[in-house]
Amino acid sequence: MVAWLMLIAWGLVSAFLCLYKGLNQTNMNHYFAFGLWIVFDLSLIALGAGAFFTGFLAHIIGNVFIYPFAENLKAVVNAAVVIGFICYSGAIAMLGIDIGQPLRGWFIFWHANVHSMLTEVSFCITVYLGVLTIEYLPLILSNRKLNKIPELNIFGDNLHHLVALFAAAGTFLSFFHQGSLGGMFGVLFGRPFAFRDGFLMWPWTFFLFILSSIAAGPSFTLLCVWITQKVTGKALVQKGVFILLAKISGWLLATYMIFKILDTIGWAYGVVPRAGLSFMDFYQGSYGVWLMIAEIGVFGIIPAVILITPQLRERNGLLVIGAVMNVTGIVFNRFVFSIQTLAIPVMPFDTFMSYMPTWQEWGIALGTIGYGILLFSLSYRYLPLFPQEAELNPVTIFGRVVKDFGVVKRG
Amino acid sequence: MKKRDSAKGARYGMVIDLDKCTGCGMCTISCAAENNVSVLYDESDKTRSINWLKIYMLTNGKAFPHTEVVYLPRPCMQCDNPPCVPVCPATATTNDSDDGIVSQIYTRCIGCRYCMAACPYHARDFNWYDPPFPEGMDRYLSPEVSPRMRGVVEKCSFCHHRLMRAKSKAYLEGRRDLKEDEYIPACVEACPTQAIVFGDLNNPKHRVSELIKNPSAFRLLERLGTEPKVYYLSTKDWVRRMADNYLQEESKERG
Repeated sequence: MVAWLMLIAWGLVSAFLCLYKGLNQTNMNHYFAFGLWIVFDLSLIALGAGAFFTGFLAHIIGNVFIYPFAENLKAVVNAAVVIGFICYSGAIAMLGIDIGQPLRGWFIFWHANVHSMLTEVSFCITVYLGVLTIEYLPLILSNRKLNKIPELNIFGDNLHHLVALFAAAGTFLSFFHQGSLGGMFGVLFGRPFAFRDGFLMWPWTFFLFILSSIAAGPSFTLLCVWITQKVTGKALVQKGVFILLAKISGWLLATYMIFKILDTIGWAYGVVPRAGLSFMDFYQGSYGVWLMIAEIGVFGIIPAVILITPQLRERNGLLVIGAVMNVTGIVFNRFVFSIQTLAIPVMPFDTFMSYMPTWQEWGIALGTIGYGILLFSLSYRYLPLFPQEAELNPVTIFGRVVKDFGVVKRG
Repeated sequence: MKKRDSAKGARYGMVIDLDKCTGCGMCTISCAAENNVSVLYDESDKTRSINWLKIYMLTNGKAFPHTEVVYLPRPCMQCDNPPCVPVCPATATTNDSDDGIVSQIYTRCIGCRYCMAACPYHARDFNWYDPPFPEGMDRYLSPEVSPRMRGVVEKCSFCHHRLMRAKSKAYLEGRRDLKEDEYIPACVEACPTQAIVFGDLNNPKHRVSELIKNPSAFRLLERLGTEPKVYYLSTKDWVRRMADNYLQEESKERG
């Protein structure tokens, strides 16, 4: 607890310095217009995709098509919503500091440029944070003390009945902003490293970002639940839930890897030579070709194989390793798109640059993680995050085994 | 993405003769003075200093006595298909269809720097610091150009205020068209070797429209499709080759 509070304090000091003294507190410059915060933003939003995708599978696919996995996914959907809320609120707070004129942030909505992918991202993530808040609210109102207030209980119940509607809204918004985040880089026709065109729709990074986020989101949810189990020493969900999340993640990751490899080949033989460059021009200095091997090979293909192979994913250790590698691969992807894109000189007489964040940049990024862990811990402590928890951890009261100790369940 | 219709209105552009440029830096200095470009307290960090017009030194990479050096002044390329304009989320940068000038609205810029990421020429600078104008120096600021505040992006505007001034004068004299020498940016005026020529690329009477047909004329990173309106002239093959990226076999073809 103290550690997380210290991280938050570090983040707040850094945020104050950046807002008061300006972005000169960072190591960003004219070359690195984006830095650590954008990598964190992109990663958090990709990992937070577990919220909309689990909700989509549990409440829409599960309910409408009555797929057997609905019940299993409902065991983690609350946790996924909290994780999503943390990721999105953290990312938006970080973006608020990242822009040079935070007080003008609303200009994106007021003077919206409909041609900009960033406009779409801003609209969708803001509205989606609202959706996540509405999805989080019935959970907060399920707190044992709050639930005793009849008005709040009824309000929570009513909101809960609309959950499928919000899950649908969340799915719609998420598809667009996850895609637009990819589109943000794919449209940069002045940056051949990021630019993608010539296949179905321009830019096709739009689809790659959606696919990679829904591949990594369930893995991240799995990891958060697994860590919570380890910390609390309690079984919170049945093992089948982990296996199901791993299976969903694995097949999506495998599909994504096929497209990502095709994308890389298409880029290397299309965009790159058209710009008069060769493949190795993009991999220099500390941003060597090892980044691509790490992203696609080590943290892409290997976790995909682990997670789609039943014998492998059913082994506890490998299941977690597969999920960690999957998440790492997506973070690598977001890093490469935001930082390496800017490191590569486009003009032949320009220089290859590298970038290292300052302690203030780390402070804000790690402070967001501290905030996330604290909020998730508090949510676990006071809210019924895991519906299967009571059943899996029966308590004995006066010699009687009680499997339901007063947890509010909204039907 | 829609390119601006280059047939309509004026298309102001520039031709810089690199064979004439001595790298003296007068263009950069006059640009900074004309446009209230701030100077940082610590100008040693060149990755953060603000230059609307930056001079690059190019060498042919050969050992003495075959070494050749050329200076390449790089203002904003004022692209016809600017990569920076469509990405701005707050419509803080525009491509004017009347004159082809890509301008920045400082009071609307939120400082997200997406335009900087989009521009391959590094023609856009961000104000990482509050602009330090020492006491007394603020009296030397040009009243025609608003100084920029911390946290916004700025760039070369082809001295747009001079265009406004010239247009007002023409209007008062009952004219619609501007004469060739009526509107020229500060860098063009200051160049001691007259290496920079400025005018309307669409107007056949203007020198620039002839100069761009010169076989020695080229633009930076043409193959990206940005359609810059800044052209360069050089009789040196290696300089022309340095203006864009070429695959090994293409380099051989070009000699």
